[in-house]
Amino acid sequence: MADTSEIVIEAEGLIKNFGRTRALRGVDLSVRRGTVLGVLGPNGAGKTTAVRIFATLIEPDGGHARVAGYDVAKHPQKVREAIGLTGQYASVDEDLTGRQNLVLIGMLLDLRLGEARARAAELLDWFDLADAADRIAKTYSGGMRRRLDLASSLVGHPEIVFLDEPTTGLDPAKREEMWGVVRSLVTEGSTVLLTTQYLEEADALADEITVIDHGRVIAHDTPDGLKRIVGARTLEVRPADLADVERVDRILRDVAPGASVEVVRAGILAVPVADESAMTEAVARLAAQGIGVIELSLHLPSLDEVFFTLTGQPVDDDDGRPAGAGRPSAPGATAGDAR
Amino acid sequence: MSTPPSSAATASTPPSSAATAGRVRPAQRRPFPLVRHSLALMVRSLIKLRRTPEQLFDVVATPVLFMAIFVYVFGGAISGSPKEYLQFVVPGLLAQMLAFVAVPIGINLNTDITKGIFDRFRALPIPRAAPLVGAVMGDIVRYSTTIAVTLGFGLLVGFRITTSIWAAAAAVALALLFALCMSWISVWFGLIARTPGAVSGILYTLIMPLTFASTIFVPASTLPGWLQGFVRANPLTHLVGALRGLLTGGAVSGPLVWTLAWCAGFVVVFVPLALRAYRRRT
Repeated sequence: MADTSEIVIEAEGLIKNFGRTRALRGVDLSVRRGTVLGVLGPNGAGKTTAVRIFATLIEPDGGHARVAGYDVAKHPQKVREAIGLTGQYASVDEDLTGRQNLVLIGMLLDLRLGEARARAAELLDWFDLADAADRIAKTYSGGMRRRLDLASSLVGHPEIVFLDEPTTGLDPAKREEMWGVVRSLVTEGSTVLLTTQYLEEADALADEITVIDHGRVIAHDTPDGLKRIVGARTLEVRPADLADVERVDRILRDVAPGASVEVVRAGILAVPVADESAMTEAVARLAAQGIGVIELSLHLPSLDEVFFTLTGQPVDDDDGRPAGAGRPSAPGATAGDAR
Repeated sequence: MSTPPSSAATASTPPSSAATAGRVRPAQRRPFPLVRHSLALMVRSLIKLRRTPEQLFDVVATPVLFMAIFVYVFGGAISGSPKEYLQFVVPGLLAQMLAFVAVPIGINLNTDITKGIFDRFRALPIPRAAPLVGAVMGDIVRYSTTIAVTLGFGLLVGFRITTSIWAAAAAVALALLFALCMSWISVWFGLIARTPGAVSGILYTLIMPLTFASTIFVPASTLPGWLQGFVRANPLTHLVGALRGLLTGGAVSGPLVWTLAWCAGFVVVFVPLALRAYRRRT
């Protein structure tokens, strides 16, 4: 097993300005070998800037960043030998086939042609791209491009992988697939730094979570610790018949004693619950009383709620945060996804 | 997407056997990285060119079109007869076409940056110059095609090489060298411009006057004095002089030395500028 006490990604007082925009204002974070750090924050928080500094694409204006034991500003080539990077926008060569994309990266990593071809075939298999391997990437769907992009960053078996919002824009099924990939990377011994806008995603994958906002770290904890800070899960129920609202309300009071039941939207009741067992309990009681339900969900606080709890302010939206960052499309928002 | 690639399933792939703690890069760093990585990236350019051969349309059509216009439309007025003008203008057109053909590389590089593919290259442990050198080398096909079409079409309509086969070969080599060196200007613009459209806009605006205010179409002696100074300093004037000497006779050494000096100048100035812009690009 990897020695998880060794710190392989580290930032100290990282500062980066773009003109008058202060993207990072003294970020500290660290990731131990063989673990996953989730960097959680809204658009414009500085997540991508931090990843680009770690990946040697830009230099910090202040502070230090070390990756795999090397300072990113002083020994960028050493850092590049240890990392794989998957950006927010799939950076694949659209005019090459999937296979050619991967073989090219292999050649640039000093594999011999035969080795590069074998590695490409292996990754194409793993990422379910074998059938499309010899089609040009321009014809790929968004999900396929993401997978090819991720495959490209894994050609050299990097010991450290940076994933910048790997699931933004993917549908829930594809998101689950991507989560599976991240988990198997860790099983193989890689260290992963993953940025995300979803607490659900960080909770599902990360050993530790660093929350950043406006270029500053505002919280750092384990997923459980963070959930304790930002509050319990919320159980939402929407009865099929509005006449049942009263009875549902009583059931929710029973499964979450002491908590207050609120009507969050028309016909939807919500109650904070301590753990998943409340959901099972609620389902059993609803069924016993023969109450039909068209929506039943258990979800973690959305990013907006997390930020409200941590900063006392709603998420600043002036960076044009795309739709989908809020609760409605947050992963795991449906009963089927609740873990 | 079920299982990760396992070392057992694919015995032929040593890379995946490194799936243990503290994994290292599968391959040893090998010598001459700039050469090997540039070659790999040149192959990338060539694959793209083969996939979209219409990229070669301009280098085939433009020389033919320009030659037809200048020889048959203006030739009589300028030299008395199209036939006579042909001998004068073919080396000139060759120089003009080479100046034009250096533009698309900057546009292509800018497109690569906009699409994020360069970020991937920049995060790889390869020499910084490799993606740029690879792109320039991949462009040799376009430059060679331009030279072949311009000279070929010229010969077809009556242009005659009056020197030797060796002098003509030297002319072709000089033309290729000039295009390779000059393309670094385009590479630099490609790296600093915000959009691909801006690259072509700026470069064509610069190249147009440069090609016409030269000895490409008319001898310098026919121009007003104030313009002659500019024309005599123009690198294209020297290139045309050398090409005329090598293809149709006349002084070679003077313009040849100046042309080589300009080539060296392009490389010395624009290669570092391009590399710096590439490093700084965020």
